[in-house]
Amino acid sequence: MSVVGRSRRHALQVNGALLLLAALSLTPLLWMVSVSLMARGEASQFPPPFLPASATLDSYRELFAGTGIGRNFANSLLVSIAITALSLLLNTMAGYAFAKLRFVGRERLFQLLLAALVVPAQVAMLPLFLLMKQLGLVNSYWGVIVPGMASVFGIFLVRQYARGIPDELIEAARIDGAGELRIFFQIVLPMLKPVLVTLAIFTFMGAWNDFMWPLIVLTDQEHYTLPVALAALSREHIMDVELMMAGAVVTVLPVLALFLLLQRYYIQGLLLGSVKG
Amino acid sequence: MRASLAAWLFTAPALVVLAVFFGLPVLAALLLSLTDFDLYALADPAHLRFVALDNYLDLLRTPMFWKALGNTVYFVAVGVPLSIAVSLAAALLLNSPLARVRAAFRTALFAPVVTTLVAVAVIWRYLFHTGYGLVNWALGHLGIGPVDWLGDPRWAMPTIMLFAVWKNFGYNMVIFLAGLQAIPQDLYEAARIDGASRWRQFLHITLPQLGPVLLVVGVITISGYFQLFAEPYVMTRGDPLQSTVSVLYYMFEEGFKWWNLGRASAVAFLLFLIILGVTALLLRAGRRRGLV
Repeated sequence: MSVVGRSRRHALQVNGALLLLAALSLTPLLWMVSVSLMARGEASQFPPPFLPASATLDSYRELFAGTGIGRNFANSLLVSIAITALSLLLNTMAGYAFAKLRFVGRERLFQLLLAALVVPAQVAMLPLFLLMKQLGLVNSYWGVIVPGMASVFGIFLVRQYARGIPDELIEAARIDGAGELRIFFQIVLPMLKPVLVTLAIFTFMGAWNDFMWPLIVLTDQEHYTLPVALAALSREHIMDVELMMAGAVVTVLPVLALFLLLQRYYIQGLLLGSVKG
Repeated sequence: MRASLAAWLFTAPALVVLAVFFGLPVLAALLLSLTDFDLYALADPAHLRFVALDNYLDLLRTPMFWKALGNTVYFVAVGVPLSIAVSLAAALLLNSPLARVRAAFRTALFAPVVTTLVAVAVIWRYLFHTGYGLVNWALGHLGIGPVDWLGDPRWAMPTIMLFAVWKNFGYNMVIFLAGLQAIPQDLYEAARIDGASRWRQFLHITLPQLGPVLLVVGVITISGYFQLFAEPYVMTRGDPLQSTVSVLYYMFEEGFKWWNLGRASAVAFLLFLIILGVTALLLRAGRRRGLV
């Protein structure tokens, strides 16, 4: 066989395999969208239909009217935005200080933070629940938001990036008489913009998709975030495929869209956080 | 001096949050695991008693704990290698100079990672439905009779493994891809001149060069897979025959269903110790091979 023929066959194999993997990755998501547009009961047939006979929004209508998922959507949005905004501020301030401001015990403290990364979050959850109960935050939005207001990962990410800021720039501002807060907000923050976008997407998606802690701390449907509401719904309406798929679309779509829009930043953060960590 | 004061003001908010809502609870969990904190103590702390290591000893005598641990180890032992193999294969394909529309493929393969676990777990329940699921329908064409994926104790955990691999492989794939791109091209050129086959190039160049990345990915993936919870919670509720009860699922039930918070804390700490032990072993093996 000629060299050209062999490399062509090889190209076909590589792209064929990629196509297969892409199909396996996307089929469940496409099937979800398709079924969510089917008439009630249509998906529970054999053979299973791929596309709705005629697309309808009935399942979405019932989802929002009958199960109050609009409320859960709003909860998720509120909680995720609050966590993102607050943790962005706190992590950025701390990350910048760990990178650029000298203070006694800085390195040791940072080592301690990194060491904390090995402790699974679930270890803290049982006492955290008792603490939240004491503070009266069980079954409130703050119960979900407060523990998410700072993260070691976020501090680490900002620190890595902030180390690239030239010291002379900060020194010059100090000599000009600028206060530390002003230096932070007017000089440092604009330079950190790329890493802030990355961290914001990561935090928002993490908060939106989070399940175990909201499941523990939120106790009534009114306060449920989308994943918790969806899990509860799937127990009640398990026979109702179309309704459940509409619920899955409503849950997945916002994060998927955000990822597609800001993919570059997301991948960057993933690499910064794992390989170089 | 001024900078030092500023530094404390800048770090204090984040450090206070982490100390109060993470550090403190972790220490409290350790103490809690040495007490018999239960529903009565929840109502009135006067009922609380110090029991030393009784919770731990008791757990080691509880068949359900061993069952949960066994299920979790099964999930990790099969799921992690499978997941890493798929990630690596996907990264190699994407990194091939022959691959077309690489960015589009990468996005497609990565998409499951960003989806909400609970939502996609619900999708998989229907795809693997015995009667009208897409998977059994497709297998039917190959002459394979319907499998009761989530209802058969032999198949429930493998189904969850497949789901986890589908959901997670894109994450490690991106890390591997960056690792592959960092391998100097002249290594491959020299091997080609020597007439080394693709497979030999993979064994003797790619794998050793990826060593440190493999170690990091291994550590992250293993500790992540040990924390199995939402999948069985949504897909099987631990059934059939408790074949999908994971350690964290068991902790959740002990803690928040039966309110045995002392016992549940002991479960959490045992899991932590196991993860720590396995990770330490892995790092030591890596160090011996000069990967760290």
